[in-house]
Amino acid sequence: MAEIQELIKLLGELDDELVGCMRCGMCQAQCPVFAQTGREADVARGKLALLDGLAHEMIKDPKGVKERLDRCLLCGSCQAACPSGVKVVDIFLKARAILTGYMGLPPAKKVIFQQLMTRPQLFDKIVGLGSRFQGVFSKKASEVMGTSCARFASPLGDRHYPNLADKPFHKTQGELNEPRGSSGMRVAFFPGCVTDKVYPRVAEATLKVLRHHGVGIYLPHGQACCGIPALSSGERKSFEKMVETNLSLFEKGDFDYIITVCATCAATLKDVWPMMVEDDTRRERAKAMSGKVMDISQFLVDVLGVEPGEAHGGKKVTYHDPCHLRNSLKVTAQPRNVLKASRGVEFTEMPEAATCCGCGGSFSLEHYDLSRTIGQRKAENVGKSGAELAATSCPACMMQISDMLSQKGENTPVRHVVEVYAEGLK
Amino acid sequence: MADATTLAKDFEAIVGADNVMTHEADLHAYSYDSAVLPSKAPALAVRPTTEDQLARVTRACNQKGLPLTVRGAGTNLSGGTIPEQGGVVILTGALNQVLEINEEDLYAVCQPGVVTAKFAAEVASRGLFYPPDPGSQAVSTLGGNVAENAGGLRGLKYGVTKDYLMGIDFFDVDGEQVTSGSRTVKCVTGYNLPGLMSASEGTLGVFNKLIFKLVPPPQASQAMMAVFDDVQDASRTVASIIRNKIVPCTLEFMDNVTIRTVEGFRGAGLPTDAAALLLIEVDGHPVQVKEDAEKIEKICKEEGVRSIEIARDAEHKGQLWQARRDALPALANFRPTCVLEDATVPRSKMPDMMTALGRIADEYKLTIGTFGHAGDGNLHPTIMTDKRDKDEWHRVEEAVNAIFEEALGMGGTLSGEHGIGIAKSQWMEKETSPATIAYCRKMKAALDPNNILNPGKIIGT
Ligand SMILES: Cc1cc2nc3c(=O)[nH]c(=O)nc-3n(C[C@H](O)[C@H](O)[C@H](O)COP(=O)(O)OP(=O)(O)OC[C@H]3O[C@@H](n4cnc5c(N)ncnc54)[C@H](O)[C@@H]3O)c2cc1C
Ligand code: SF4
Ligand code: SF4
Ligand code: SF4
Repeated sequence: MAEIQELIKLLGELDDELVGCMRCGMCQAQCPVFAQTGREADVARGKLALLDGLAHEMIKDPKGVKERLDRCLLCGSCQAACPSGVKVVDIFLKARAILTGYMGLPPAKKVIFQQLMTRPQLFDKIVGLGSRFQGVFSKKASEVMGTSCARFASPLGDRHYPNLADKPFHKTQGELNEPRGSSGMRVAFFPGCVTDKVYPRVAEATLKVLRHHGVGIYLPHGQACCGIPALSSGERKSFEKMVETNLSLFEKGDFDYIITVCATCAATLKDVWPMMVEDDTRRERAKAMSGKVMDISQFLVDVLGVEPGEAHGGKKVTYHDPCHLRNSLKVTAQPRNVLKASRGVEFTEMPEAATCCGCGGSFSLEHYDLSRTIGQRKAENVGKSGAELAATSCPACMMQISDMLSQKGENTPVRHVVEVYAEGLK
Repeated sequence: MADATTLAKDFEAIVGADNVMTHEADLHAYSYDSAVLPSKAPALAVRPTTEDQLARVTRACNQKGLPLTVRGAGTNLSGGTIPEQGGVVILTGALNQVLEINEEDLYAVCQPGVVTAKFAAEVASRGLFYPPDPGSQAVSTLGGNVAENAGGLRGLKYGVTKDYLMGIDFFDVDGEQVTSGSRTVKCVTGYNLPGLMSASEGTLGVFNKLIFKLVPPPQASQAMMAVFDDVQDASRTVASIIRNKIVPCTLEFMDNVTIRTVEGFRGAGLPTDAAALLLIEVDGHPVQVKEDAEKIEKICKEEGVRSIEIARDAEHKGQLWQARRDALPALANFRPTCVLEDATVPRSKMPDMMTALGRIADEYKLTIGTFGHAGDGNLHPTIMTDKRDKDEWHRVEEAVNAIFEEALGMGGTLSGEHGIGIAKSQWMEKETSPATIAYCRKMKAALDPNNILNPGKIIGT
């Protein structure tokens, strides 16, 4: 452990951001974790007060603060509703990095982030092994994958997790460099880890949709994870490396937008990279890229002008708002419109569509019980909507909601919005 | 005082280990509320999950001579939940059941930890209405509302929390159950303890059950925004509306600083050159609503309004009210610290108070945005500052004193709705009298001989 004075100094740099919290407590109404526990240390106000207390030497226990800081989905619901405009998620990410720097990363995470996730090829290989042997070596797979964004292949407890795909998307799909089609557009595609390794069908659907609309596709090989799992564990160096890998890869292409199908990836590429990258030139490059990042539904509606069709009946489908799409990117209408434009389904709103599903990446691993109580409510709401199909815009949410529905004994299928749309295309 | 571990064990025996917090970090999270005041962590925080546990925890604190601070959502703006003298913080978060909503006799029985907006929504879903709507209603609790006698935007026509409190059950320091008031509209059985408990800020008893009056909801409503070039015109309009015997359900005011800040915040097209805005809503029977709205329009014109905008539909009404809801967030965004004052004057003194506030802002070189419940004379002069700037902070403190001086001088009061707590206790004598404080202290000493119930609040030590 480093000197505590050093820690206090680093936390002091957050002071300008921390001081904006006026302790009004309005975040209590929004926080899914607080809704379950009712503990002040679990809500943004409490965590900000703890950081402030640590920075001003009113609290002497960094470990205690870190443990409480980690009980957070980073869903941004508090931030979206904060009257003072406190950048809660930024503060938490920075604080986690500072505290991790002080206390060091647990050895398992060190291996995963520093040795594995920064090397896309090796990462893919290990996950590939995991998928082949997941029945036999399930314990091992869990340790490796345990801390990544969505807890794929993590057979801890009694969760109902989907298997890793037999073949990840990047294996079945070669590099793509398709020219502009009838739309005159060309996009780069960033599928993200969970889509690649658990839901390749979402990525396939995306290609189908893009081609249907005459959009050229740039899909480079060797894409790294967006880096948010590392960053939210406080591991800034690995994050920096992953950003670099991706930036240099995408900078080679010529395209109008970078399309994502993972809400978390979208928010990370668009907001977190330009803010959290430490290297100055790299940050500028990330900023330049940021304007091009778009969620697939946003692209379909805002750029290609896909419009809701008239109700044509069909299976009832409902929509869950992924936090990162709703809170960070403010994308809520477009996915619904895509569903309304999809043939063969009829859209129906579920109660509390906008509340978190409880996944929160590694949160669900470290605090599974809490994650599950939050998720169960989501599953109940899916049930209440009477939908035969649940759609969302984030593969991690898909995993969580499937898990919850399945544990409830419901076999409502869970799909990505783009899959539903693709199915309706001839 | 016993050492912390033994203490924790004693409370664990009552509420279970899960509901006793002893870790430094957890305790720090109960060291503050929404007031800009120094924080202080308690020795323990306990969370009773049943009424019986609440009684036993209270008794245990008294037996051990431990100061006891009840905490709802901790949104009060006067330091009421800061455990200034340490001891135990009792959390009401787990006592959050609406026990009964009686649609025949129009009342509801609640536990103290029920969140205000949830209660109001549940009541509304039964076709009834619970009017008190403090700005913090999405998080504040009914226990906290009663203890602060919280008001809201609808105070002018519908009154404040105490006007809805029909009955109360609370524990005295010995953990004995005291019951007063009833489920009937009329009740004169003995001392009016619900009245005594309203605004008692946790210093006289620990609330356990609250009985609230419910009313039928209004059938119709109409909202409008009136724009003024002169603050005095706006203030006169307020007085004139009241004088003409019209009681809007809401009559809100925003000054130029607030208008400009709100406009900078949202860009909704507010007139930034206007001196003041009034946001007015009338509700009730459709015929009366129409008549009142027309009269108000006429009064505004007589008093020299620049323009008046009437809400066309629900969506437009929402847009008008958004400006009011944006007032605090916008001001809060402007500078790091935002000191929201609560001085209240008789309605006829509104123009004088506005002049005084302008003078205070100049004199202490501070930016003060003023908005608030004009219809109640309850203004929220909001000082935008940075508490880390020592020199400026000193001027803020002096300005706050000056605001109190002015309000009291006009026959007003220190606090319209935010309470006294520790923030204003030293001013109590000035508004009332030494005898009043002595009387309150005697009463407190008789009811709470060990002085464990939120000591130091309201009447000082
Ligand atoms: C953004 C914002 C807007 C606000 N708007 C308004 C407004 O419009 N009108 C208004 O009046 N106030 C307003 N307030 C102030 C505050 O929200 C109210 O005073 C509210 O009633 C406090 O409720 P609480 O549950 O947070 O109580 P707390 O702050 O937790 O407690 C307040 C007091 O009540 C006592 N208490 C709580 N529960 C009990 C119990 N069971 N038994 C005995 N004592 C108890 C506490 O000890 C404390 O003294 C606002 C505050 C904020 C931050
Ligand atoms: S809503 Fe914002 S300002 Fe209010 S307590 Fe939460 S973080 Fe702080
Ligand atoms: S980010 Fe989400 S989980 Fe974390 S404090 Fe904010 S609302 Fe709560
Ligand atoms: S956010 Fe996207 S890229 Fe990042 S770990 Fe999660 S799925 Fe992978």
